[in-house]
Amino acid sequence: MQQLPALTALGDVVRSANRVILGKDKAIKLALACLLARGHLLIEDLPGVGKTTLAHVLARLLGLDFQRVQFTSDMLPADIVGVSVFDRDSGSFRFHAGPIFTQVVVADEINRATPKTQSALLEAMEERQVTVEGATRPLPEPFFVIATQNPAHQIGTFPLPESQLDRFLIRIELGYPDPAAERELLAGEDRRSMLATLPACMTPAQLIELQQATRKIHAAPALIDYVQAIAAYTRAAPDWHAGLSPRAALGLLAAARAWALLAGRDHVLPEDVQIVLPGIVEHRLRPVDDRTRLGAGDTPSKLIEAVPLP
Amino acid sequence: MARDKRPVSQRQTWWLLAAALSAFLPLASLLSPWLAVSATAVMLLRGWMTWRQWRLPPKFILVLLTIAATAGVVVEYRTMFGRLPGVALLSAFLALKLLELRGARDAMAVVLLCYFLVLTQFMFTQSIATALMACATVLITTATLAAAADDRPAPAFLLRRAGVLLVQGLPFMLLLFVLFPRVQGPLWGLPQDRTSAVSGLSDNMSPGSIAQLSQSDTIAFRVQFEGKPPPQHTLYWRGPVMPSFDGRSWRVTRFSAVRTVPPFKVSGAKQDYEVTLEPLGKSWVFALDFPDKLPPESAYSEDLQLLSRQPIRARMRYSMSAFPETSVGAGDTPSLIAEALELPRGGNPRTREVAAKWREKYGDNTEAIVAEAENFFLRQLLSYTLNPPLLSEDVIDGFLFDTKRGFCEHFASAFAFALRAAGVPTRIVAGYQGGEINPVDGLLVVRQYDAHAWTEVWLKGRGWVRFDPTAISAPQRIADNFAATAPENDSLPFLARADMAWLRDIRNQMEAATNVWNQWVLGYTPQRQREFLQGLGFKTPDWQEMTAALAALCGLVLLLLTGWILYSRKKLDPAIRQWHKFTARLAKRGVQWHTWEDPLVFAERAASALPAHAENIRGIAHDYANLRYAAPPKNSTADTPLTKLRARIAAFRP
Repeated sequence: MQQLPALTALGDVVRSANRVILGKDKAIKLALACLLARGHLLIEDLPGVGKTTLAHVLARLLGLDFQRVQFTSDMLPADIVGVSVFDRDSGSFRFHAGPIFTQVVVADEINRATPKTQSALLEAMEERQVTVEGATRPLPEPFFVIATQNPAHQIGTFPLPESQLDRFLIRIELGYPDPAAERELLAGEDRRSMLATLPACMTPAQLIELQQATRKIHAAPALIDYVQAIAAYTRAAPDWHAGLSPRAALGLLAAARAWALLAGRDHVLPEDVQIVLPGIVEHRLRPVDDRTRLGAGDTPSKLIEAVPLP
Repeated sequence: MARDKRPVSQRQTWWLLAAALSAFLPLASLLSPWLAVSATAVMLLRGWMTWRQWRLPPKFILVLLTIAATAGVVVEYRTMFGRLPGVALLSAFLALKLLELRGARDAMAVVLLCYFLVLTQFMFTQSIATALMACATVLITTATLAAAADDRPAPAFLLRRAGVLLVQGLPFMLLLFVLFPRVQGPLWGLPQDRTSAVSGLSDNMSPGSIAQLSQSDTIAFRVQFEGKPPPQHTLYWRGPVMPSFDGRSWRVTRFSAVRTVPPFKVSGAKQDYEVTLEPLGKSWVFALDFPDKLPPESAYSEDLQLLSRQPIRARMRYSMSAFPETSVGAGDTPSLIAEALELPRGGNPRTREVAAKWREKYGDNTEAIVAEAENFFLRQLLSYTLNPPLLSEDVIDGFLFDTKRGFCEHFASAFAFALRAAGVPTRIVAGYQGGEINPVDGLLVVRQYDAHAWTEVWLKGRGWVRFDPTAISAPQRIADNFAATAPENDSLPFLARADMAWLRDIRNQMEAATNVWNQWVLGYTPQRQREFLQGLGFKTPDWQEMTAALAALCGLVLLLLTGWILYSRKKLDPAIRQWHKFTARLAKRGVQWHTWEDPLVFAERAASALPAHAENIRGIAHDYANLRYAAPPKNSTADTPLTKLRARIAAFRP
């Protein structure tokens, strides 16, 4: 594999992010893998563990424009996609682009908004374009949505339905930092001021180059078989309400490629699939015996241990 | 097995309880009530304990319970051996074993007990329902077995897996059914159990004994006629012949079958038919009047009762021909005739008086006396009912002159008595009359409620002639079937009522299915097996030959399966085979490769477990992973890396 300069930049991104968000190397890499695989990212956890910070850090380090949208229950679709306003001077309607017209949309607490508003965003995620008042407007390239959400059992939330969860390639949880990281966090500099001074490590062009490199990572027939076997198993086994969709299987392979790229390999190993698997399947497979809808947590390991390598 | 100390999970316990209940409940009705109730109670208690997650009782309580259960069975049945005590003991142990589910070994014991109990059901009944129930139990038990291995999947999944396993076993089952050497008769046909439940005609008839049968719709036999069935009123299925009368009951006097060839010459039209007689536990072989040849293993007594050599304890099939116009017994011995004239010394004076008048009027003209007697019965305006009033002394007088209501045995008994009193030799014949055609398969079904009694009168020069006095007062009883003629308010077997048309339809369907089952499954006797195998080309099939064929066929199936497995193994990637060799060597050193584990991850684990070989292990795993997952190099021969891997693994000796 020839050494792209972008690849070194990628290493810098990981290192810099690790300096701001302490002890979350795997979450950061998963988030990056998601973006390299051209997927949207969902960060789910309790308030205050650094979801929004991670979203900001990624946008900044990748050198992308970003807009933060705080979702609330009284928000309307127009607040996201924009609205046409009558301009008295020119005597015509003029489109005021909404916050979605940017490279990275940080959709904070997406599950606080009503399903109608959620769907406006989710439509844009899949189509990478927005249609307002008959005119179709393309979104910039690259385009990512990094959404954060609170666990579904918190008060005042509208849980995303399964079909919309499926649009997020990877869902990660941050969790509490470990003791060492937390001590360092408490002793260290204010994160907000660190964010303000954080330099970009990469240009958008480099990011696009890396996305293309990701797609060229070799997936051997044996590995394709493995991904297929995993998808097939989720459909046949009685443990989940529904199996993985083909979109999810494609996403699993794409994310595994991105992880292989992050690991500096030119081919995907089963290990890559197994590492990204929890982030791909946990929000898609609902266990049959899970009455809380919080996720039983053992789905990924159960799945990995049930499917032998072909 | 003893070392298997994995505890039984809650899910597995539920499965075991379900299997135990499904195996035990069909047997519960056979056991004595206290046993059935206490075994069920123990299982329910076990369910409650599982639900509340209580701890299991300590060992000494179990020991005490086991001793108590064994003692109870011995006291109840007076023995520990035999069919019922055995089943009772096993059921009790099954219930108690559930209280002792400490490890996988106990679970396995419960599963095996369940399988065995399923089998014991067939010692009691072998109907379709039993077979279906047994299938359900086997399905649940097999699912339990699957759950014992892995209880995570949902119940529906386990049941489906068990179903697939059972379906896969089907070819072997058929093979065993067809080829396994058969034993004549039921293996466990212990007499008193077999007949105690069956009601039927017996060797004596007193007022009320046949009326009792009218409440039972149990099937006595089925008949397949060659061609169109003869009219209903000709269907007299002859059974016990009762010449002796003691003032109340008529009795059979001759039990020995002496004539294997009919002592008469048949004449007239012929009707062929085939009877499948249910095991009624008696010797009478029911047939229409009169056959030219007797079925095997049966013979006529002197008074023309067709008797089987042994009481009939297994379903019996025989083909016969009837010649209704045949006359019999014209030359019977004087002793037979004298017996047919005997009367008790006193009693029934009014009937005797009437009979004496006939005798005076007609003298030796027996035919005229019979005609007069028929007239007399008609004039008395007797009525036919299933619930005749009770009669104490002088039952004949009471019936003919006072109550005037009776069932067929009253009619036959009174008619025979009156004729004897008038000096005409007469005897009672019991059997079945009529029957009902099942529209589903066209078989005539004769039930216990078709039981009937009529008389035979000996006329000089003509021999024994059948007269049915019931037909004088209730001609529909003979012309139509029993159910249609029963008086409005009489109690009838539920299913015999004509207004239950849809229920009767269902019953007809079920009985047709039962017949198929009886003929083809239960009726697969050594005889049939021999015929079938001869059809397949065995010249003289004996059990040795059948066992050899069985073994050969089972072996062939297994061989094919093995071949198939070996063949599909061949197609494994050579790299994978090398990898398996490598992991097998490491497994011997205690590092087990999980089939889902990434080679490189495994290599790290193995390397830290066996630091001496770390470099080699990592290298091999790396080569293998490259071979399997990396893009193949463009400009080298394809198998060079494989050869390298093979050499490395061959040299690898951890």
